[in-house]
Amino acid sequence: MTLTGWLTIVLFAVILTALALPLGGYMAKVYSGERVFLSPLFAGPERFLYRVLRVSPDREQDWKSYAKSLLIFSLAGWLLLYVILRTQNAFYVPHALNPLGYHSAPWNVTFNTVSSFMTNTNWQYYSGETTMSYLSQMIGLTVQNWLSAGVGIVVAVALIRGIIGRSGKSLGNFWEDLVRTVLYVLTPLSVIAAIVLVSQGALQNLSSYLTAHTVTGLTQSIAMGPTASQEAIKMLGTNGGGFFNTNSAHPFENPTAFTNLFEMLLVLIIPAALIFTYGRMTGNRRQGYAIYGVVMFMFLGAAAVAYIAEAHGSPAQHAAGLHTHVISGSGGGNMEGKEQRFGIAGSALFDVVTTVTSCGAVNSALESFTGIGGAVPFANLSASEVIFGGVGTGLYSILLYVLLAVFIGGLMVGRTPEWLGKKLEAREIKLAGLGILITPLAALFCTALATASKSGRASIAEVALSKAGSNTPQGFSETFYAYLSQANNNGSAFAGYTGFIQPNAGNLGSHGITFANLLGGFDMIFARYAPILFALAVAGALAGKRVTPAGLGTMRTDNTTFSVLLIGVIVLVGALTFFPALLLGPIVQGLTTHLF
Amino acid sequence: MRRDIVTSIIGIVVFTILLGLVYPLVITGVSQVAFPGNANGQQIKVNGKLVGSKIIGQNFGTPVLEKNGKPKEVKGAVVTEADPRYFQSRPSATEGGANNAAASTFSNKGPNSTKTEEADAENIKAYIELNKPYDPGLTAAQVPVDAVNTSASGLDPEISEANARIQANRVAAVRRLPVATVDGLVADYTDARGLGFSGEPGVNVLELNLALDRLTGGTR
Repeated sequence: MTLTGWLTIVLFAVILTALALPLGGYMAKVYSGERVFLSPLFAGPERFLYRVLRVSPDREQDWKSYAKSLLIFSLAGWLLLYVILRTQNAFYVPHALNPLGYHSAPWNVTFNTVSSFMTNTNWQYYSGETTMSYLSQMIGLTVQNWLSAGVGIVVAVALIRGIIGRSGKSLGNFWEDLVRTVLYVLTPLSVIAAIVLVSQGALQNLSSYLTAHTVTGLTQSIAMGPTASQEAIKMLGTNGGGFFNTNSAHPFENPTAFTNLFEMLLVLIIPAALIFTYGRMTGNRRQGYAIYGVVMFMFLGAAAVAYIAEAHGSPAQHAAGLHTHVISGSGGGNMEGKEQRFGIAGSALFDVVTTVTSCGAVNSALESFTGIGGAVPFANLSASEVIFGGVGTGLYSILLYVLLAVFIGGLMVGRTPEWLGKKLEAREIKLAGLGILITPLAALFCTALATASKSGRASIAEVALSKAGSNTPQGFSETFYAYLSQANNNGSAFAGYTGFIQPNAGNLGSHGITFANLLGGFDMIFARYAPILFALAVAGALAGKRVTPAGLGTMRTDNTTFSVLLIGVIVLVGALTFFPALLLGPIVQGLTTHLF
Repeated sequence: MRRDIVTSIIGIVVFTILLGLVYPLVITGVSQVAFPGNANGQQIKVNGKLVGSKIIGQNFGTPVLEKNGKPKEVKGAVVTEADPRYFQSRPSATEGGANNAAASTFSNKGPNSTKTEEADAENIKAYIELNKPYDPGLTAAQVPVDAVNTSASGLDPEISEANARIQANRVAAVRRLPVATVDGLVADYTDARGLGFSGEPGVNVLELNLALDRLTGGTR
């Protein structure tokens, strides 16, 4: 460990908070329908879009109507993306946006990929540079990067409206929220981000792959493409699907230590800001600060554990005789699957940033993390996206936990639980409980099915098997992580787990592993839309409740006591659900120096 | 219901045009005008010929020849051995040979795997064999981790300063240059931390090797 390593983590948290505060205020104005400084620029396009879409933004929607619009729009996106990806080489001739004439991936891999991008998961069995044409990346994957992020954000906004609603049923208008999210929030941020990335060295062109002749007489083929534009929205929308196979570890996606820091900020800026937006919209900023304190505390804890574990090195390194402490000119640590420019701290922090959110981008190989270092992303995912979480997803998920914490707190003091002046009753608690438990249920069910079946074990990487060929803790970790990550719509992977056998670039002769692709696809869809429906139903139930002024006995939700209670509830639910499974994989690996 | 379906279909088409065509093409246009070097991959040309990208790691090995004079291949990938005149990049797990920039991949080797131990031990041995003749005191304990562990992308353009310092002895001896000269070049091509605190310093291997070639008379 080094001082600069710790400094990276601390300064990152400070910069993030400083940027998220103003953005949170800005977004509160956007979703309250107020004028903002960008209104002169976007008011015209906004009105134009309403006209083209044939929607009247003033039409108020109750939760069912809001959910219906959301589901139908998502389905339309799914269908179009499937068609785009399956007709990649429809004309069987290479063209400017498919310069290498790549064929389409098989139906099962495409099913998984489409479900993955629609649900903001961006789990990838395929590898970008050997599978996708530039056209597919642009009009297919990039578009869903925007829209899935937008859908997540609008659900959070609808839930806030339900919470603060005054005896009405309306949660706002889905189309208005979506259009405003795309125009006022995502467009300015991602245009700026893409240009900054290119200015620092990221790739952005439509050229065919290059062939270089090296000084020692070898040839090197170098993949090209419109990378930065996708990279920007991939991070901002907590999507995480890399343009290239190695994602943000690839120098063209993440060229320097500065862009690494910048990309981490892009991931967390909207989830962090939305917490402040929530405080503003409820009329009591301290409501936001209390939640922000909780997630920041858990985030820093995770970052510290990951950094310490990775700096210590792995049992395999030590057994081979490698010394992993800091020496002059080398940061030491577990550098297997990590890039020199990011170092240990930059890799560990990136890993935490992208697994607490639903981003799932990686700048290092999670599969090669040490047992305890690898247990950190597991733990982050086990908390079901509440530590910042995905854009929107994070806020509505933690608000369900807040509801549960208020209920438990109410039981402790023996009063009917109230939240922001609204009495919580059986219906909301049931809905919130279901919303919280559905993701773990999906993850554990799929893991059990995949570990117990031969077709599930076929996906385990050869390097994760021991000499005797039997399955190892690593093989279990891989499998568990795959379905946990897909259930949380995260998309990061212990990348040895495979669903796509691709002998040649361009997909000729390739085939998908149907079991892994379908199970994963349904895992993602179920664990995305079921919690959304529960969150909207909670919003609907709360919207109609009358507000009673807080009394002496009301449990406050904007102070430290409540923050501690909330941490307790999150840790307890996560630990009780996942601890047995975690023991079998990463924890056993972290506690032993035995090699398998 | 019908209204939602109509709006969804129009919506997905309109957003696909705006976000899938207009947005990436505008960014491409702006990038090509404002930062053409970066946007096109920071290509490095020598005598008009493309030798690589500044930020994509390369294999500085020479092909191993079979008895019949043809390059030896395993699974379609040319087998190479390190060229002692050049600084060597980090180990790479890409298929089709090290540093295949058309198919980046992780090694995916686990922390508790015997296969990781074997690969590490092999890489330590190779590193010592290559460098010990020029650095007699070199032991396994001094071998920097980045010289042994595979990079994440398989395309890491950089090595650590410690790694470069050890290799500098070899490169200087083989090229008959003073070690101080090579060390000076290493310093010239060392990138600092981002904003002074983010990440680790790294030495750009391709730029360094090209600078050496310029000094001692070009490629063979």
